[in-house]
Amino acid sequence: MNKYSYVKMNRGKTMKKVYKIEVDCANCANKMELAANKVEGVKEAGVNFMALKMNVEFEEGADEKAVMKKVLKACRKVESDCEIYF
Amino acid sequence: MRATVKFISDMNRKQKKISVRLLVSTVLLIAFSFLKVENEYLRLALFALPYLVIGYDILIKAFKGIIHGQVFDENFLMAIATVGAFGIAFWDNSSYAEAVCVMLFYQLGELFQSLAVGRSRRNISELMDIRPDFANVEKDGETETVFPDEVEIGSIIVVASGEKIPLDGVIVDGESLIDTSSLTGESVPREVGAGDEVISGCINLSGVLRIKTTKPFGESTVSKILDLVENASSKKAKSEQFISKFARYYTPAVCLGALALALLPPIISTWAGNPAQWNIWIYRALTFLVISCPCALVISIPLSFFAGIGGASRQGILIKGANYLETLSKTKYVVFDKTGTLTKGVFRVNRIQCAGDINADELLAFAAFAESYSSHPISKSILAAYEKDIDKSRISDIQEISGHGVSAKIDGISVLAGNSKLMEKSGIAFEKCSEAGTIVYVAVGGKYQGYILISDEVKDGAKEAIGELKNSGVKKTVMLTGDVEEAAKAVAGELGVDEYRASLLPADKVESVEQLLTEKGKNEALAFIGDGINDAPVLSRADIGIAMGALGSDAAIEAADIVLMDDNIAKISKAIRISKKCLRIVYENIWFALGVKAICLILGALGIANMWLAIFADVGVMVIAVINAIRAMK
Repeated sequence: MNKYSYVKMNRGKTMKKVYKIEVDCANCANKMELAANKVEGVKEAGVNFMALKMNVEFEEGADEKAVMKKVLKACRKVESDCEIYF
Repeated sequence: MRATVKFISDMNRKQKKISVRLLVSTVLLIAFSFLKVENEYLRLALFALPYLVIGYDILIKAFKGIIHGQVFDENFLMAIATVGAFGIAFWDNSSYAEAVCVMLFYQLGELFQSLAVGRSRRNISELMDIRPDFANVEKDGETETVFPDEVEIGSIIVVASGEKIPLDGVIVDGESLIDTSSLTGESVPREVGAGDEVISGCINLSGVLRIKTTKPFGESTVSKILDLVENASSKKAKSEQFISKFARYYTPAVCLGALALALLPPIISTWAGNPAQWNIWIYRALTFLVISCPCALVISIPLSFFAGIGGASRQGILIKGANYLETLSKTKYVVFDKTGTLTKGVFRVNRIQCAGDINADELLAFAAFAESYSSHPISKSILAAYEKDIDKSRISDIQEISGHGVSAKIDGISVLAGNSKLMEKSGIAFEKCSEAGTIVYVAVGGKYQGYILISDEVKDGAKEAIGELKNSGVKKTVMLTGDVEEAAKAVAGELGVDEYRASLLPADKVESVEQLLTEKGKNEALAFIGDGINDAPVLSRADIGIAMGALGSDAAIEAADIVLMDDNIAKISKAIRISKKCLRIVYENIWFALGVKAICLILGALGIANMWLAIFADVGVMVIAVINAIRAMK
């Protein structure tokens, strides 16, 4: 298992995951959160700047890796030197 | 000197690089300021050098931002402001130092912020440094070192002195002192010996312990706590949400203001027949841009909550999210569950009163058999008083009636053991007893035989803890209990609780809390404190559910918003005080940052504030707000 990500199944069928991220400023983290939420396949995303973590709840049946690639791309657009480990 | 070395060694690669750039740029800037260069172009080229050294990444990021449509990005703003300042200085033939300094201070501020945040991140993770790295498993007389998650239930692990206990278990062999401070905040070490349960994350201080594990690593205390703490700050507080929303509108609004400031006055002035003075108004607009970054607010609010949550966990108070910390600070009503919370929850049989044709020993035996399957503390005390083993094959048809008691058949004879409601429900004639304590009436074969009086002791320091709550702004304390009126009244009187409600079934407790919820004001919160046994629904119904001594109970950790690692109720007022301090800091920072920025915006528009003041409004305020935020941890 990846050291930084772990799966948590909640009551419904959606999947929630936590990813370690790297970002320099708090406002950039807010922008990443906004960007991640607009990605298709993401039901809800939250970025925690202090813990350097991103919580993502996926839409039903979404492919995690494919969605996260898109999330990273969207985040890079708003903050060019951010990183998400997935 | 040593502090400086430590300061530098704490930096990561990025931070070191920016420090070097800051230094080089500052030296160049000072050196060039002393040069008397007549040629305007050469002077521009010279000052562009320190500017590019410190600001090239900002320029690149700004450029990338424009490509991606991120116009109101702080990099873009800083780039426009500084390039614009260069332009005006060129126009006016004045010094370029101001433009370079704005970029220099901006980067200095960013570096400071990144150091401060990294610092508190490390401090807090050190606090929670309870994750065990290995376990020594004993196998065929030899010990093998493995990862804690590879240890199976029932394995024997060996913990030497100075090591962390990696998994929950029971001591088979050895005596020692264990340090539970990282879990409970309690600094006095606990004495343990064979047969005692120990929890993972504690440190073995003296002897060697052999422990039989009772839980896999994933379900051990240490994993549960880490999971809880690591996810703590993902729930955002209202004030935090407000700020991130505010930041979204603040920056564009200030930018539009800057644009208006740059265009409108010169146009109006020209129209009125006066000189346009473009350079003055554009300078004022650039000053606006420097102030437009919402950094101070955006960083200091989550930092305060993070520090507050971290500081609380050092005291053995786990808070599941910033939103709960915020609600906790508004607590005006505190509702307690009596048993296990205000009282020790250790019941003792005080007296056995016979009222029929069997003697006290027989009465106790019938009660013990009937209660033998129940895990209720009352049942346990009866079993403890009975002392002898119970032949479970003699018992049949056991029925536990929640809030009433138990009915069972022993050797085919029906036995009822429970409170007065059970007797009334079953239509058994009995004599009601009005003594303080919990009374278990016993009926054998449909005939009342007498009662067992069980009493519970009030916790040490409970009275003081309730007094403390009043001092920390709590308006009303209420005690809920399933016990009879007399027992409740005695305890409530002894502790000085404002109100008590007795004879409640678990469902009645939810109802009581709901009724109290309607009673409280709009900006007041109600906290419920229970020990997690049977009160999960109430914990989740209250504004703030606090579970205490919850190290063992999964349901309580799941349902509660705040978990006290030990069962010391003085921690509640401590938690409220921490939350109040944290929220005070949050509001201080909001008002301070907004206030300074608003003043600087007005002064900037009037031309009184120059860019130097603007950079203070941006970086200086951020630094002060961050330092203030870190206070929340202490």
